[in-house]
Amino acid sequence: MKRRTLLATGAGAAAAAALGLPARAQDKLKVGFVYVGPIGDGGWTYQHDQGRLAVLEAYGDRVETVYQESVPEGADAERVLTQMALGGAGLIFTTSFGYMDATINVASKFPNVKFEHATGYKRAENVATYDARFYEGRAVIGTIAGRMTKSNKIGYIASFPIPEVIQGINSYFLHARKVNPAVELTVVWAYTWFDPAKEADAAKAMLEQGVDVIAQHTDSTAPLAEMAKTPGVIGFGQASDMSAFKPTPRVASIIDNWAPYYVKRVGAVLDGTWTSTHTWGGMKDGEVVIGEITEAVPEEVRAEAQAMIEAITAGSYHPFTGPINKQDGSVFLAEGEVATDEQLMSMNFFVEGIKGDIPS
Amino acid sequence: MDALVSINWVLLAASLMVAATPILLAATGELVVERAGVLNLGVEGMMILGAISGFAVGVRTGAPILGFAAAALAGAALSLLFGLLTQILLSNQVATGLALTLFGLGLSALLGQGYVGIKTPVLADWNVPVLSDIPVIGPVLFRHDPILYLSLLLVAGVWAFLRHTRAGLILRAVGESHDAAHALGYRVVAIRLAAIAFGGALAGMGGAYISLVRVPQWTEGMTAGAGWIALAIVVFASWKPWRVLLGAYLFGGIAVLQLNLQAAGLKVPVEILSMSPYLVTILVLVIISSDRSRAALSAPAALGRTFHASS
Repeated sequence: MKRRTLLATGAGAAAAAALGLPARAQDKLKVGFVYVGPIGDGGWTYQHDQGRLAVLEAYGDRVETVYQESVPEGADAERVLTQMALGGAGLIFTTSFGYMDATINVASKFPNVKFEHATGYKRAENVATYDARFYEGRAVIGTIAGRMTKSNKIGYIASFPIPEVIQGINSYFLHARKVNPAVELTVVWAYTWFDPAKEADAAKAMLEQGVDVIAQHTDSTAPLAEMAKTPGVIGFGQASDMSAFKPTPRVASIIDNWAPYYVKRVGAVLDGTWTSTHTWGGMKDGEVVIGEITEAVPEEVRAEAQAMIEAITAGSYHPFTGPINKQDGSVFLAEGEVATDEQLMSMNFFVEGIKGDIPS
Repeated sequence: MDALVSINWVLLAASLMVAATPILLAATGELVVERAGVLNLGVEGMMILGAISGFAVGVRTGAPILGFAAAALAGAALSLLFGLLTQILLSNQVATGLALTLFGLGLSALLGQGYVGIKTPVLADWNVPVLSDIPVIGPVLFRHDPILYLSLLLVAGVWAFLRHTRAGLILRAVGESHDAAHALGYRVVAIRLAAIAFGGALAGMGGAYISLVRVPQWTEGMTAGAGWIALAIVVFASWKPWRVLLGAYLFGGIAVLQLNLQAAGLKVPVEILSMSPYLVTILVLVIISSDRSRAALSAPAALGRTFHASS
């Protein structure tokens, strides 16, 4: 292909897209997935890819999927999204918070392509958002952490200071404090979703401070591998079950199960009923699942955790139920008051008792 | 400054050495390659291939030491591919090196398909008798794994080789002026290939140190830029082995320290702590290169230039 022809083709495709024509006549729906890490991370991206496989299984020949791994959050994401849209994708899932602006920008250029952005809050006519109530899982592992710590120091490897992560930290701490008033929380901000060496170093730094229970909001299994070197230290699988580290240090896990949502949304596009929505599923919807609690956890603690899982699933308990004060002592929720979704999605403060500041 | 008191400086110093060892190994290897006049930008690719090869063999045999041997072989093999392209087929070194990194990342991801989430046998620490019982110094210096000691020996060995042996002198001559060395009858291409293979072997071992000791597990892309840092450290060290040691420990040290400061609750903005290793690297590069005549003198004169006997 000569350079001029190539340019002409590109311009034609862009023009077709701008006019809102389908990029290519097609019988199959092409579904695109943009991943922030490699599928082999054993955590976050792995679970999204499991969702993709579930879509293929559910619809067989009616769909085809494309995906791109390890797409940096930022300008590169726009390029990847544009390519997918030009390549004929009819529905694109962007699976990390940092793709928010890129998704909105590209979506405005391709009105006929539908986009689904995970964990964000910006929507448009053709951009839906979806998220899972990870804080429900954090409440359960926080309870286990409060009961299991011997040094009364628990840790949290945080990724970025965004509401989703702050909800997790607050929920984890609140429920650890509830069962163990002496508990102190150490938060380390790794400023990455996926960097095994850095995550392991963060875990190590906390272990050296005497922390003996660590939860993580980063995607690799490296912190668990680091904890495995020190007997008596426990942690939790994040996003995926991370079952290779059973029965200890991994004593439980929070599993993100995207399959039901992906299957439902692809189905909606296929039968033409797709609309821009915001979906925030939790334990009730099967989107957040607690992996097996191992025998390293005493029977009564396991029962307590199980009871909380059942209460949250049944809707009889909300992890953010007052009285809860903010870090500065002001009231966040009065006695018996339950946080609204809006309050949770804009959460930008630590609750009372957590030391340290959220980086701004 | 309660936070500074609550940090366990002895444990910190010990973990600093562990954190710095992968880049120390890779940078030592790259130093030899660059002193021979070859710029191999494929360090990251050789490291990641070493990481998966070492991990796979370590898991299969249950012997981490065999894993390191395999990683060294894999790194050397990949680097010889670079050697074949640049030294015999005379391709551009920068482009070939970059391609090597991309190839290594892809190949390792393919090889690693079956190794995600598996635990590895632990490489036992080798406590030096008597010395490891000395307070403070003992835990910091004498309670590590054999590979860490080997990395230090390699720095000393490379220094002695380059400075005090005839072979080292020849290698440097090739790096300074391949035409002159060729005219004297030295086999420039063979010498460079040997240096490239040595650099590849060390980069492979550095990668295996990440997957077998520091993290220890396999995930795709786990070297996360360590190879690029190793390349920067060689320049930072102005091509001198002892400064490579200093650079690697400085970099590893700040990377570990910033997480410890956070865990200890020191009120310093996290963003500044996170970028501090890179800031310090830039700062030192500026200081070193401020005396322009000296910086220019320390770089091998034939670095990155293609050699062909007829030219």
